[in-house]
Amino acid sequence: MIINHPLLGPRDSSEFVYLGDANLINRPNWQEDSALEHFVDYGYLRDNIAGVHRELWFHEYGDRSWLVVTRDTVSHEITEVRLASDVAIKEGR
Amino acid sequence: MKYSGFRVIKEALTGHRGWGPAWRSPDPSSEYDYVIIGGGGHGLATAYYLAKEFKQSKIAVLEKGWIGGGNVGRNTTIIRSNYLLDGNEPFYEFSLKLWEGLEKELNYNAMVSQRGILNLIHSDAQRDAFVRRGNAMLLNGADADLLTTEQIKKRYPFLNTDNARFPIKGGLAQHRGGTVRHDAVAWGYARAADSCGVDIIQNCEVIGFKIANGTCLGVETTKGFIKAKTVGACVAGSSSRLMQLAGMRLPIESHVLQAFVSEGLKPLLPGVITFGAGHFYCSQSDKGGLVFGGDIDGYNSYAQRGNLPVVEDVCEGGMAIFPMLGRVRLLRMWGGIMDMSMDGSPIIDKTDISGLYFNGGWCYGGFKATPASGWVYAHLLATKEPHKTARAFRFDRFSKGLMIDEKGMGNQPNLH
Ligand SMILES: Cc1cc2nc3c(=O)[nH]c(=O)nc-3n(C[C@H](O)[C@H](O)[C@H](O)COP(=O)(O)OP(=O)(O)OC[C@H]3O[C@@H](n4cnc5c(N)ncnc54)[C@H](O)[C@@H]3O)c2cc1C
Repeated sequence: MIINHPLLGPRDSSEFVYLGDANLINRPNWQEDSALEHFVDYGYLRDNIAGVHRELWFHEYGDRSWLVVTRDTVSHEITEVRLASDVAIKEGR
Repeated sequence: MKYSGFRVIKEALTGHRGWGPAWRSPDPSSEYDYVIIGGGGHGLATAYYLAKEFKQSKIAVLEKGWIGGGNVGRNTTIIRSNYLLDGNEPFYEFSLKLWEGLEKELNYNAMVSQRGILNLIHSDAQRDAFVRRGNAMLLNGADADLLTTEQIKKRYPFLNTDNARFPIKGGLAQHRGGTVRHDAVAWGYARAADSCGVDIIQNCEVIGFKIANGTCLGVETTKGFIKAKTVGACVAGSSSRLMQLAGMRLPIESHVLQAFVSEGLKPLLPGVITFGAGHFYCSQSDKGGLVFGGDIDGYNSYAQRGNLPVVEDVCEGGMAIFPMLGRVRLLRMWGGIMDMSMDGSPIIDKTDISGLYFNGGWCYGGFKATPASGWVYAHLLATKEPHKTARAFRFDRFSKGLMIDEKGMGNQPNLH
């Protein structure tokens, strides 16, 4: 798979390390009363979608940036790649 | 029909006209006591033990494709019970004992071959870890044998024991481990279950659950609605997709694992060997092909095919211990979808929906578990109580902090 890095252009996926579902950006607030329950969900439960999936990849053997990659888990086709920092800011993190 | 040597001779003399189909292909009834979703090894074994051991009837197995088309027919066929943790080891040893009697039990030649498995050791720290694991195995009634480099050289003279980076310092052997012909396991259980009256319904995909007031009343399928008192999900790599239909999110990610077979070679590799410093394991099939594999690709996938970086990684691992592999040509490769759980161990439990049960999270190691998984799942479905070797495989272990994490990797499925 080739990941089209927003800053560096097309890079081989083997330069990256995979973390998982991009919802991991949305870390629960630890001060909430229901924090424990939310952290169990956050840590252990996944949608595990068959189809279009937003996921976090880390450019370990490159510029060490985190990316949000939109990829189809059935065909492996990648349709969008963005810097995770941009996504996080846009989502109000 | 009972299979026997006598039968083979008789059929040979009479033109092989007496062999019938090994199981029926019935249309589904409108109602069953037990509906098992998924005709893989686990689903078929569950149905068989439900009928045979737990004396239940009105059982159906619903398979969306054909039986044996999932991971039960895609794996690298290794069986073993060399686990460390209390939650796992008694279960896998129970499974290995069932393998030892399986062919007689099913009257089917599944080619169970206890040729032994050897995990190589490459450092002193790794030896300590393997000694500990071996002791845990012995305590649970399994066999374990710590081998020296000399003993290994004798059995496997072609291994490169002096690799500069990863020299072979010994190995942990389980002589009762080995390989089994994978599709024969599916066929053997299917035939035996069918002869106990189980309906095996192929090309019947479950597309929904009928749930009212927190109780599961049956399943919607491509062959219509089927009413059921008890529904047991057992769909391995498709677990999240299926349980989503019942509104559940699981502690599972689906990942692709690849397997490779070389051209046929003369007998060369007497048992199963695993590289301890990278991801590579290998055995030789009775047809002569080297059957090998390594790591999962590492990203969510439902594609049943992997990518080249893992092919390279697996072959590098192979070359490190097994230099003569360099001249061998690869014949076939394929992928299967693994239900990777958050701690690397399976789940066999009831759900919050009454009458709906779940079996999954097998990661890359569920083939060896097939007989025990079927037995303990049948136990749970029939008695509503977990079997004594499967009490730890609960859903709530993640919220309670009771993970069964053999590798200590945490909630990162691609590292288990
Ligand atoms: C390459 C590879 C190598 C492996 N090597 C080993 C090994 O050496 N040793 C080991 O112990 N394990 C190994 N495994 C793991 C092992 O194969 C699996 O853990 C195990 O087979 C899973 O259980 P199963 O046989 O029931 O799964 P499957 O055979 O996958 O059965 C699940 C069935 O459910 C069906 N299904 C899915 N959705 C639906 C639906 N909605 N309705 C109806 N049916 C449905 C599928 O079609 C499938 O037939 C390996 C796996 C792979 C892919």
